[in-house]
Amino acid sequence: MKVTAKEVRHIANLSRLTVPDSEMEKFTEQFNQILNYADILQELDTNGIVPTPYVLPISNVLREDIAVEGVSHEDALLNAPEVHNGGFKVPRVIE
Amino acid sequence: MKNYITVVGLEVHAELKTKSKAFCSCSTSFGSEPNTHVCPVCLGMPGALPVLNKQVVEFAIRTGLAVNCEIQRFNKFDRKNYFYPDLSKNYQISQFDKPICLGGHIDIHVGKEPKRIGITRIHMEEDAGKLVHSGSTIKTSDSSAVDYNRAGVPLIEIVSEPDMRSAAEARAYLEKLKAILEYIDVCDCKMQEGSIRCDANISVMSEDATEFGTRAEIKNLNSFRALERAIDYEVERQIELIEDGGHVVQETRTWDDAQGMTFSMRSKEEAHDYRYFPEPDLVPVEIDDTWIERVKSELPELPAARQVRLMSEKGLQAYDAENIVATKAMAQYFDDAAKHTDDAKGLANWLLGDVSAYLNNENIEIDKFPVTPAHLGELVTLIKKGVLSSKLAKKVFVEMVKDDKAPKDLVKDLGLEQVSDSNELQKMVDETLAENPQSIADFKAGKDRAVGFLVGQIMKKSRGKANPAMINEMLLKKLKE
Amino acid sequence: MDLYKNAAHELHEKLVKKEISSVELTISIYNRIDQVEDSVKAYLTLDKENALEQAAKVDKIIASGEKIAPLAGIPGAIKDNISTKGLRTTCSSKMLENFTPIYDAHVIQKLRADETIFIGKTNMDEFAMGSTTETSYFQTTHNPWNLERVPGGSSGGSAAAVVAGEAIWSLGSDTGGSIRQPASFTGCVGIKPTYGRVSRYGCVAFASSLDQIGPITRDVTDAATVLNTICGVCTMDSTSLHEEVPDFTKALTNDVKGLRIGVPKEYYAAGLDPKVDGVLKKALADYEAMGAKIVDVSLPHTEYAVITYYIIAPAEASANLARFDGVRYGYRDMKATSAPEMTTASRTEGFGAEVKRRIMLGTYVLSSGYYDAYYLKAMQVRTLIRQDFAKAFEQCDVLLTPTSPVVAYPIDGKMDPLAIYLLDVCTIPVNLAGLPGISIPAGFVDGMPVGMQLIGKVLDEETILRAAYAFEQSHDYHKVMAPLGGK
Ligand SMILES: [Mg+2]
Ligand SMILES: [Zn+2]
Repeated sequence: MKVTAKEVRHIANLSRLTVPDSEMEKFTEQFNQILNYADILQELDTNGIVPTPYVLPISNVLREDIAVEGVSHEDALLNAPEVHNGGFKVPRVIE
Repeated sequence: MKNYITVVGLEVHAELKTKSKAFCSCSTSFGSEPNTHVCPVCLGMPGALPVLNKQVVEFAIRTGLAVNCEIQRFNKFDRKNYFYPDLSKNYQISQFDKPICLGGHIDIHVGKEPKRIGITRIHMEEDAGKLVHSGSTIKTSDSSAVDYNRAGVPLIEIVSEPDMRSAAEARAYLEKLKAILEYIDVCDCKMQEGSIRCDANISVMSEDATEFGTRAEIKNLNSFRALERAIDYEVERQIELIEDGGHVVQETRTWDDAQGMTFSMRSKEEAHDYRYFPEPDLVPVEIDDTWIERVKSELPELPAARQVRLMSEKGLQAYDAENIVATKAMAQYFDDAAKHTDDAKGLANWLLGDVSAYLNNENIEIDKFPVTPAHLGELVTLIKKGVLSSKLAKKVFVEMVKDDKAPKDLVKDLGLEQVSDSNELQKMVDETLAENPQSIADFKAGKDRAVGFLVGQIMKKSRGKANPAMINEMLLKKLKE
Repeated sequence: MDLYKNAAHELHEKLVKKEISSVELTISIYNRIDQVEDSVKAYLTLDKENALEQAAKVDKIIASGEKIAPLAGIPGAIKDNISTKGLRTTCSSKMLENFTPIYDAHVIQKLRADETIFIGKTNMDEFAMGSTTETSYFQTTHNPWNLERVPGGSSGGSAAAVVAGEAIWSLGSDTGGSIRQPASFTGCVGIKPTYGRVSRYGCVAFASSLDQIGPITRDVTDAATVLNTICGVCTMDSTSLHEEVPDFTKALTNDVKGLRIGVPKEYYAAGLDPKVDGVLKKALADYEAMGAKIVDVSLPHTEYAVITYYIIAPAEASANLARFDGVRYGYRDMKATSAPEMTTASRTEGFGAEVKRRIMLGTYVLSSGYYDAYYLKAMQVRTLIRQDFAKAFEQCDVLLTPTSPVVAYPIDGKMDPLAIYLLDVCTIPVNLAGLPGISIPAGFVDGMPVGMQLIGKVLDEETILRAAYAFEQSHDYHKVMAPLGGK
């Protein structure tokens, strides 16, 4: 097994998600199934292979430093679940 | 108790003075209503994408060159992942393993010895938004309101080597760095407004140790004083911990200025794992020699060059010149004031003496100093010309900071003009001699000190307004008759 | 008159000749939706009022004698992960159930400029993660060829809408096959352009280095027409290519003489339904008969593509979907008393199982200690896969492969995630290499459409369109209407 339920919980925490205890076993099993399958990559010798994070052969896409009016204050807050004093209201920031 | 060595490295975030944000075209202007300089990009709206502001790269190159870094040819951006409500995408676009600048240094002076502080790297990244808490502190607040006007404002993060060995050195480094950033005009450098922010990595090691101790990262250092106090506090805390048989944990701590203490910021078991990976929404930035050379050619005068210039052109001493150029505003003030006097040395003395004392007292910077450079220059000229004694000049100065009038007008208003009228002075000399026959006798007996006494008497009589050089001369002439 | 049965280019002629009006056409589409939508479930949101208003505007333009763009007045459908200002955009997620975008995607701006008609927003797999539309929070779309089967995904709603006559054309997005596979499953044309051809600005990001918007249409001519409209430079997307966009309809010459068609043996391997294989062999023979040359090629790293994709895409997704935190928009758990708790609860309740699985997989492969073994390794293998294609294209002009190893399968939602992932084997490598790929109807197996995929070189959409058009013109598959039966 690549990951245990405890590690799954840690990953969930990093992702700001929770996996309920009732689903943990199945979730961990499916997670491991995928990670085990990923082992086939270890067959490949990739020493010295330059990684491809970008498929495009382009660089230096730059914008001039010109300030432009953004969206209206109303539009900015249009979808806000809660608003306070023109800001996006959130419950206390620390637990 | 063993002897301990303090080891400090600084991470300085400087907000760049661009007109628009790093990855969108929103204005960077400060102090507007919440969420009025925002767009889909900096609000992290679904589907919005970043496009890099060219000026950010320019400013980063400029900074790198000013602190002797090697500018990297290949640049890319990475995502730094962590959740916080002020981070609209819940990742920060930053540079991880390919920062734009590597390997520079800044030279500082603490005491007489110059010292070189290494700069590990400089990278480009974006600022977060601002949380306005409902209560007075984050801890006592039930809720907060997020304002994304600052979200996406460009920053450079300047990371030093752990080369500083005291709070004073750390302060000197930060002052020097701030001066450079001001000189090259890439940052407003207002610590109070947060346009320059400092985190300190602090550790201690016993004198005979070969490796650094475990460090704590101290955040929220919003002034030079906070930096010094936090280092002193933290060093003491760590030494006590070690002496008590404990050990320092690597952690992030926050400085509480009111309590004068650092506090651990770790919440529960949340270990930081930023999961950096290349930002796929941006393409690499390649910087060629032409670009670097162009930025180099446009680099404004740096403090070190200005110091040399003040020494050669104005004849200032190294120490005075260094202190004058320590901030761009002070150097500028000096240059402006120097147009109104040919006594550069005298001007420097005033700036580093009475003016600096006043600024310290009032806790303001030179840009808030109420006396215009022209008036200070004129004051120095009045002294040089003998119109004012330096003692009376101080009185005038006290009035000038209250009401910035031309010093010669103030001198008149206060009736402080030096008496250089020879008739009037001669009258005072004659009177004084008549009143002090014993002094005349002493002088004739070879006691030169008698002259000093007589000058003092005349100054008293004139309430300090008599021109001392003239009375000296007149006295001698009369005594030798 | 069943106007909904026509292709866009046919309708354009009728509009220009004033044989029909755009209002008439638009009403015909909404009537069709009234008839069949209950059984197809292609749409999440309809925008009838605005659509009819826009149609009336186009009719006025036509009446004034002004020239109109090829898509003007012609009703299309938009996948619900493409940002439409003022029109709800959900990504088929509870997270965005009530989300109204404040800006238009670049493609929407371009389509609006051409005076086209938006019928509504189509169902998809949640955040484009899936190949069946079953991961949609709202509904599963049904395959118009057999309503008990999946339409494919993630652009299943967009494909089904076009095939069922509920739209003339549509937009999908393709990260690992999400345009081509549903086009294959529902018997229509879907093209994923070269990465960077179409702006991603306003396409809700799944995997940024792979996502690409593209058309889903009845025939190849329409695909070229929609592509003409949506391609082009976008200053809001750093990955937008600054390349001249040709008139793609000019490539439709019906001539494949001398065209070298590569057949990569790895795509015809175990797992390929023998009947699907038969359809493709027949297609190859047809091409040969038309004068094309068939070349055997090899793409040796094909078997590593799926897992490479399922490392890279979730990694990017884990960051892209971090913004759904209940702070600025989207679903918020109102019971939580702290921000971290609120965000965790909102995400846990707002995202479906497949989305959460991929976010966590992505978080894992990027996390400290695993980055090199998974993410970095995958980026290196991505290089090998690109090199495979580069080598193959030394020997041929296009590659011909199945779009999917199987035809559309029954709706049941019971397949293992990994088993479903592995079915993306033919489409995924194309995204990893940033190449253009098209799926067109190639025949039928047991009454279900079979798609074939043509893969082109970077920026060479023209050659795959040419090859696709030639095949389409010598067959009638695109003219057969889906029966909407089976349920
Ligand atoms: Mg930083
Ligand atoms: Zn913005």
